[in-house]
Amino acid sequence: MSAGALFLAVFLASAVEAVEATTIVLAAGTARDWRSAGYGAVAAIALLAVVVAGLGPALTTIPTAPLRLVIGALLLVFGIQWLRKAVLRAGGVKALHDEDEIFRTRLEAARRAASHRVGTVPDWYGFTLSFQGVLLEGTEVAFIVLTFGSNQHAILLAAAAAGAAVLVVSAAGFAVRAPLARVPENALKFLVGVMLTGFGTFWSAEGAGARWPGSDAALLVLLPGIALLGLLLAYGLRRRGGSVARGTATASTTAEAG
Amino acid sequence: MARWLRALVAFADELVIADDWRVALGLAGAIALTAVLSRSPVPCWWVLPAAILVLLPLSIWRTARRRS
Repeated sequence: MSAGALFLAVFLASAVEAVEATTIVLAAGTARDWRSAGYGAVAAIALLAVVVAGLGPALTTIPTAPLRLVIGALLLVFGIQWLRKAVLRAGGVKALHDEDEIFRTRLEAARRAASHRVGTVPDWYGFTLSFQGVLLEGTEVAFIVLTFGSNQHAILLAAAAAGAAVLVVSAAGFAVRAPLARVPENALKFLVGVMLTGFGTFWSAEGAGARWPGSDAALLVLLPGIALLGLLLAYGLRRRGGSVARGTATASTTAEAG
Repeated sequence: MARWLRALVAFADELVIADDWRVALGLAGAIALTAVLSRSPVPCWWVLPAAILVLLPLSIWRTARRRS
């Protein structure tokens, strides 16, 4: 896997999670207090950075074969669940992820809560709402950074890709001061699901002792093959008649992995 | 401590098992089969792609049928 492919895979996966985290921080900032929401987001990012910095070097010392088996298997089950949800959404069986609707729900809940100051944090509710949202979405980013990075012995590059995605998405979110509803989040999730499933399949099979025909070139067949399977399944569901309309997603959907 | 452990188990459950434990179980079986076959002269790279080809449509079909 080239450095460019690693960067792209981690960047896209992190961008999807960053869109969801930005929605929560925006809701906390708009309804409560921007400084408290900012403190919460920074505290969660700092905690995740410590986790990656602590686990990353330790993971790279593990021999390649067992590491690929474990990491590949985790990526595969994580990726296939993500892909499954993306196909169900594309097929109309599951509600599409609607950032506008999630933003409104979060905003209403945040406006109803009582306010109190804790230390240097002006509004504790705004802080915890932002902290929990960023930590929840960021844990998946940390997982992707650690799995992709340790497998390729390039934790720093993977962390840089995730950092770049977070910066780009949060800058866009705060520039418009609105949820990033125009980001084709569901299409991105499909793409990321395909990548996680493809790389997870490749690495876990290698870790279990398989030799791929054409070595790394097998990925050029595996990834389009998985994408095609996903598209065919979504098409089949559409033909069968999906029943869930856009706009029924609730704030709870932000907690879903993918 | 118990709270943290519960949170860790819940996170692992959400990450690995998510909505369909059968998929996780099927993939674990496919990885085990790959490991067994890799000790024989039989090629084993095809086991996981074949498992995905079966498990993903089955899981989606089950969910779609349940919701319709």
